[in-house]
Amino acid sequence: MSFYDEYLVYKDFNFNRFFEGITDDRIRAVIRKGKLTARDFLTLLSPMAEKHLEEMAQQAHKVTVQHFGKTILLYTPMYLSNYCTNRCLYCGFNTANEILRKQLTLEEVETEAKAIAETGLRHILILTGDARNMASPDYIEDCVKVLTQYFTSVSIEVYAMEQEEYARLIQAGVDALTIYQETYNEGLYDKVHLRGPKKDYRYRLDAPERACKAAMRSVNIGALLGLDEWRKEAFFTGLHANYLQDRYTDTEISISLPRLRPHEGSFQPKDIANDTHMVQMMVAFRLFMPRAGITISTREHARFRDNVMRLGVTKMSAGSTTVVGGHTQQEKHTGQFEISDERNVVQMREAILGLGYQPVFKDWQTL
Amino acid sequence: MEDQLVIGGRALDSRLFVGTGKYSSDALIPEVLEKSGAQVITVALRRIDFESETDNVLQYIPKDVQLLPNTSGARNAQEAVRIARLARAAGCGNWIKIEVISDNKYLLPDGYETIKATETLASEGFVVLPYISPDLMVAKSLVEAGAAAVMPLGAPIGTNRGLKTKELIRILIDEIPLPIVVDAGIGKPSDACQAMEMGAAACLLNTAIASANAPILMAEAFGRAVKAGRQAYLAGPGAAEAYAQASSPLTGFLEAMNDE
Repeated sequence: MSFYDEYLVYKDFNFNRFFEGITDDRIRAVIRKGKLTARDFLTLLSPMAEKHLEEMAQQAHKVTVQHFGKTILLYTPMYLSNYCTNRCLYCGFNTANEILRKQLTLEEVETEAKAIAETGLRHILILTGDARNMASPDYIEDCVKVLTQYFTSVSIEVYAMEQEEYARLIQAGVDALTIYQETYNEGLYDKVHLRGPKKDYRYRLDAPERACKAAMRSVNIGALLGLDEWRKEAFFTGLHANYLQDRYTDTEISISLPRLRPHEGSFQPKDIANDTHMVQMMVAFRLFMPRAGITISTREHARFRDNVMRLGVTKMSAGSTTVVGGHTQQEKHTGQFEISDERNVVQMREAILGLGYQPVFKDWQTL
Repeated sequence: MEDQLVIGGRALDSRLFVGTGKYSSDALIPEVLEKSGAQVITVALRRIDFESETDNVLQYIPKDVQLLPNTSGARNAQEAVRIARLARAAGCGNWIKIEVISDNKYLLPDGYETIKATETLASEGFVVLPYISPDLMVAKSLVEAGAAAVMPLGAPIGTNRGLKTKELIRILIDEIPLPIVVDAGIGKPSDACQAMEMGAAACLLNTAIASANAPILMAEAFGRAVKAGRQAYLAGPGAAEAYAQASSPLTGFLEAMNDE
């Protein structure tokens, strides 16, 4: 069994016909329901549901406060390496892009760690490109061992791995995995991933499940919004999250809603979700999976981030840079993409407090 | 009248335990404690930022309030035991609320792993307060394992749905020789009051206060409700009757015959 089997059920589904059959009454009934089915979730993602956005948002706010309180967990990404063997059309690290490549030494990792820890952050997300011969599992493990001395939670966002490799990293102190399918559309996936190990759709799709099997504490998935139609991507992301949570109840499943940002290279997004659509996805997902976390990164601008805090978001990045060594080094390499919210940790903390929410710096303790 | 609850050798005047999660600001905590009168507060070790000067929740908890660290995040007995030891080593005292949850959908506790963790920690000198589904056999095993109290849920955690498991909790109150603390699910002061009227030793709640529009006012309301419920329990309410008492009872003739 794999999520792929569920994907196949909806792969050729006529979404438009389904959307045409939706009525206002149906939407109202779904909003008031306790437990939503996959079709209910899709109903809330329909064009028709946009009219009911406020009602959905009110409900999403209520459910989020009930389960998470008025809190926002803060973290920051640390890029370890931008070497990459893939050619992904939408990514700045694409091997065809002539950018300066760099990989941090363990000493540099420690320098970055110190600087970040001084800002008060206790949760770190480490990232690499897809270059096993450079940023190998061994290298990542060594980095994790350095980082657990400075942080109480270490997440990874790296190339898709084997279950045993995830297990090894968990042993070293990793407690969370982020891995995006980028697009659930199998045909499109093949077109935007020109070359490299990432071209294998199924291997990528099953990676979060392999991490769950390795007993990863939390697994965060998502689709890169802008590659395919957002309603479909949001639907498959939710289905995937639900699939994992049903089977791996001791792993916390969460989602991110990353919107494609300008980057090195010339790829143009196909279907940009506007702010209203982003909110619709967020609140629909919250009603579908009331206890699952939702992350909004600094891909989004400050004003948008401040306003969606009340709509279901539970986790945000702060003081971000997508540049390798970007937290301490003067020499600026090319980042993976441009960030939109450049507020540092102090400013984010103040902003969250100002909105009547509590910024949470620590929500795990490495055991 | 002196009516104290004694747990782990500590005598408590208040039978309301509160939490620390979900507040818009930890700065609300001192007033929640003051207005509710609560003397026990639970805090997730995973959330305590010992090194922070500005965001360490412990700085808001007065010294005379009993700290009850909890093992939130533990998925099995082993993790719960590790969290408990970390808490004690970090100076959070020897009380521990065992919370072992391997179900992220409903957040229902794992009875078997909870028993195992309780056994280990009680033998290491912890005052163990395990959080469970109201299951009589699990509760009995916890007594054997050395628990200091048993904390059954009234409804799934964070749901504010009230005393949905009332009949099962009543059985625990009748059968278990330890204080029964109703933990989780309590949404309104009337729920807490009802639990106390039934004979619960105390109530532990967080979401109901933290997610209220006016948390401080709600904290005060809960403090009063728990007190009122306890007083009613001590007063021993008259039995509720489904019908009015017949004025000419069927056995009245016996009295008449005895008089003759």
